[in-house]
Amino acid sequence: MSQLQKLVIGRMFLGILTLFVVSALMFVGIELLPGDLAQQILGQSATESTLAAFRAELGLDQPPHIRYLDWLGGVLHGDFGTSLASGREVSDLLGIRLANTMFLAAYAAVIAVPVAVVLGLLAALWRNTLFDRGVNLTALSAISMPEFFVGYVLILFLSIKAGVFPTLARIDSATSLWDALYRTFLPALTLILVVVAHMMRMTRAAIINVLASPYIEMARLKGVPQWRIIVSHALPNALAPIVNVVALNLAYLIVGVVVVEVVFSYPGLGQLLVDAVSSRDFPVVQAVGLFFAAVYITLNVLADIISIVSNPRLRHGR
Amino acid sequence: MGDLLTIRDLRLEAGNRSEPVVIIKGLDLDLDRGEVLGLVGESGAGKSSAGLATMGYVRDGVRFAGGSVVFDGTELVGLARGRLRRLHGKRIAYVAQSAAASFNPAKKLIDQYSEGPRLHRVRSRKEAERDAVALYRQMQLPDPEEIGFRYPHQVSGGQLQRAMTAMAMSCRPDLIIFDEPTTALDVTTQIEVLGAIRDIVEDYDSAAIYISHDLAVVSQMADRICVMKDGEEVETAPTRQMLDHPRQDYTRSLWSVRSFRRPEAEEAEETALIRCRTLSASYGAVPVLRGLDFAFPQGRTTAVVGESGSGKSTLARVLAGLLPPSEGEVFWRGEPMEMRLSKRRGDMLRNVQMIYQSADTSLNPRHTIREILRRPVRKFSGRRGDDLRARIDELMDLVDLDRAFLDRKPGELSGGQKQRVGIARALAAEPEFVICDEVTSALDQLVAEGILRLLVALQKDLGLTFMFITHDLAVVEAIAHEVIVLKNGRIVEQGSRDAIFKHAREDYTKRLLASVPQMDPDWLDDARRREAELRAREGDTA
Amino acid sequence: MGTLLKSAPPSAIFGLVVLVAVALTGIFAPLIAPYGETEVVGGAYQPWSAAHLLGTDNLGRDMLSRMIFGARNTVGLALLTTALAFSFGAMLGMLAALKGGWLDEVMSRMVDVLMAVPALILALMLLAIVGPSIPNMIGVIAVIYVAPVYRLARAAAMNVVDLDFVEAARLRGERTPWLLWREILPNIWSTLIAEFGVRFCFVFLFIAALSFLGIGIQPPTADWGAMVKENATLISFGDITPLIPAAAIALLTVAINLIVDWMLHRASGLKS
Repeated sequence: MSQLQKLVIGRMFLGILTLFVVSALMFVGIELLPGDLAQQILGQSATESTLAAFRAELGLDQPPHIRYLDWLGGVLHGDFGTSLASGREVSDLLGIRLANTMFLAAYAAVIAVPVAVVLGLLAALWRNTLFDRGVNLTALSAISMPEFFVGYVLILFLSIKAGVFPTLARIDSATSLWDALYRTFLPALTLILVVVAHMMRMTRAAIINVLASPYIEMARLKGVPQWRIIVSHALPNALAPIVNVVALNLAYLIVGVVVVEVVFSYPGLGQLLVDAVSSRDFPVVQAVGLFFAAVYITLNVLADIISIVSNPRLRHGR
Repeated sequence: MGDLLTIRDLRLEAGNRSEPVVIIKGLDLDLDRGEVLGLVGESGAGKSSAGLATMGYVRDGVRFAGGSVVFDGTELVGLARGRLRRLHGKRIAYVAQSAAASFNPAKKLIDQYSEGPRLHRVRSRKEAERDAVALYRQMQLPDPEEIGFRYPHQVSGGQLQRAMTAMAMSCRPDLIIFDEPTTALDVTTQIEVLGAIRDIVEDYDSAAIYISHDLAVVSQMADRICVMKDGEEVETAPTRQMLDHPRQDYTRSLWSVRSFRRPEAEEAEETALIRCRTLSASYGAVPVLRGLDFAFPQGRTTAVVGESGSGKSTLARVLAGLLPPSEGEVFWRGEPMEMRLSKRRGDMLRNVQMIYQSADTSLNPRHTIREILRRPVRKFSGRRGDDLRARIDELMDLVDLDRAFLDRKPGELSGGQKQRVGIARALAAEPEFVICDEVTSALDQLVAEGILRLLVALQKDLGLTFMFITHDLAVVEAIAHEVIVLKNGRIVEQGSRDAIFKHAREDYTKRLLASVPQMDPDWLDDARRREAELRAREGDTA
Repeated sequence: MGTLLKSAPPSAIFGLVVLVAVALTGIFAPLIAPYGETEVVGGAYQPWSAAHLLGTDNLGRDMLSRMIFGARNTVGLALLTTALAFSFGAMLGMLAALKGGWLDEVMSRMVDVLMAVPALILALMLLAIVGPSIPNMIGVIAVIYVAPVYRLARAAAMNVVDLDFVEAARLRGERTPWLLWREILPNIWSTLIAEFGVRFCFVFLFIAALSFLGIGIQPPTADWGAMVKENATLISFGDITPLIPAAAIALLTVAINLIVDWMLHRASGLKS
């Protein structure tokens, strides 16, 4: 096995391991609650017999490691247990919402990534020009705004005042794709604004870093035109840092979804998570949290693997 | 007027326009076709900026503040980017100091070679690749057919430097700028690269500007030498004349260190302060020192010389207690010496002190000089109050520093002054054994000589024993009593200075000695001839 | 200090002015505010008037007064949380860099796990377990933000621990506390300060987001994030009042970012 393969497989293994550790920690955390879960849910006034019955229902009479393995086994088969609040299967709750969240995130990502990378590239190229300063100041302001502020401002102007887009992003299985794109435009735009700002700043920094390398100066002194320096000398070396920036921001986007969904009453995982946290519906919190963690970890692992693979020192051994 | 290049009153500035930092203040240079001009100066003399300016190029933040650069009838200052680009690489080429950083890590050498000729429409890709192989062969690169298809990290530093010279040659330019091309290389590698560069410049009759801080190196390469200081020309003269009859004091001072010799020590009973038996050490599984046997005689200077990777710095770390040896014994005045720093007691901590190469990193930039000296004095002597202050003043006197510096921070001191503080800090502990790790290699010649004189005087007054690590054999010759030659973690040869310098027995030692550039324009030819003889003999015995 | 301010660009001056104004408002909140923090002064959702400059909220409390107390609560808690995260993160990070070995390995792996989960999700999960309350929220956010501070402090300290002056200190037998406080900390201080500004912004936005989601600072305590949520209904009538607390959050964050940018720019300028 080559060094490259070893590194890649090692990284993937580490990602899976992290996910297990996170799930186990979550489990242990609930385990460490004062009293136990049944007491937490039923309150101090519950009688001993109702508690016992409820414990048996939750499987709390089993030792913790058995319950963890049970739960883990269930998760691997797509069974996340039962919601304490609604009594429904967690997997049922997740189904359509998961698709909705992924749809919104993908919608924002498809627009945000190219825009941010191009803006970052241009700002780096035209460093210290008016364009660069303008873009930077705008980005800095956008970063500083809470997502809900951006969301409400968009609602106020584009929906209430101008009446172009709907206030709430209600979609269901009957909504056509075109209609869905229209109705979710405001939440998507909110995410795009915030994510583009972050991603553009990081892309700019990554490219400026590469442009400062001696081999870029060497290329200039060989008479290579500016556009060719960017395309042929800077980009191949900036690829890994840019991929990292993109992955990091996609992960950020996944998180931003939570707040944005609440602002626009969008039926996605974020809403579900927030409601579950308020009502302390642990099986749901566990399932949704694990899903977000899995996406986040996967993106980071992917970014690492791409930068490993694109590194000439690793791709072509000594 | 040079018939290829004429520079008049060139001025470069950096920083903001209201209070600019002047980098070059009015430089005149002339260069004829086929001529090689050496540009010599110490750090900060502005020679690199001058070299780039001859291409009409300045780095970010630097700008032309006046003057003209006329290359073959074309004014380069203020020339449109597009027209400048057509000259760069095609008619004026550049060879940078660090080849490892100046090759794009993501592209094969040959692709980077052929980029210039293709862009300038001098050669097609196929022709350029054939041409590359020919030039690689001419530059004596091993495996010239294949080496171009490697990535930069797969090729050694000396080979990369030659590949970069070949790349600069790819369009057969009229002028090549060499910016310290061998500074990062070991001396034995340097000889090969210097030779290859000189041959190819001669073969194609290119003009060149050869920039270096090392007058000896420049004198091998250049027909004429221009000495620069603080952005100005000091003097310019044909090489031999410059070496034989320098007109300016500054020029003379540039090689004064080479003439410095310690006074001969009176013969005394020699006792070993430190003695090592079969000393080995390793980083993880990688062995760095392999069974060394040696002694450091008390009150003497023992120089440890070797190229990068020879293990000389590791030896210093082992003796300082930072890296416990994997094998072997060390004796301090005949008693076994504790080799783990954490186990060393007061006296042993006090007795072994270190002076570092880079004065910038060896002093905490956030402490004043007084704080830097106070701590070790308090810790090792227990002095307090007036007694403590008096001792700190005394230390400053010992290293010839004004006491006014005590309340400044290292950033406000020059390199040489900082190095003196480093010495004072080592002396604060009142040690017997001082490890000097490349203490002069980051300093300019004149300053370095001052430090060497100080160390020699301190040794005489305080009876210090020095371990002097360096790659610079001129320094060794100047101050060492004993010499240990290291290679790949083994001792190649050891003996008194005269024994090593005059009657070296081992081929490696001879080669190392022969590789030190001399102030003699014929040295390179002699050295290459000797090298060839050594190789031939190795071939016979092998 | 005076010359420092003179060299500041307008953007940084703007930042400083906003920062000082918010700080003063927070400190003197009870003196400035026309009404009490939780005092019901009239009907719900009253429009802007002379008596209630920003009208009243969903429960009939004075908006302006709640904005002023909100400055104290939201900013104060963010400051406290950031300070906690910083003290622990910087300490542990420097220690890991200095000691290396298993200690570094164990702490770094723990931090890896913390950072493998998005901060907001981790906070929600932890708050679901411990239950939402102000001390719990501070604790949870501080723990989460120890991780990035640890990484930064460790990386910055790594650049310092290998320098010769640290080795020189070790060679004369200095102990860990001296090495940490006297040799390393002064040299990474400026990095940490700039990072403190950046992290404060994150924590501040984070607390605002949690409060907005109803899981952070709990009613009736006045808080800018929660105030947006409580009065969000007004937006559908085209009233901008609920956006004022949100705008205040944005303004303060912009201000701090502008200051940090200037400081970083100055630091990089001084180096070159």
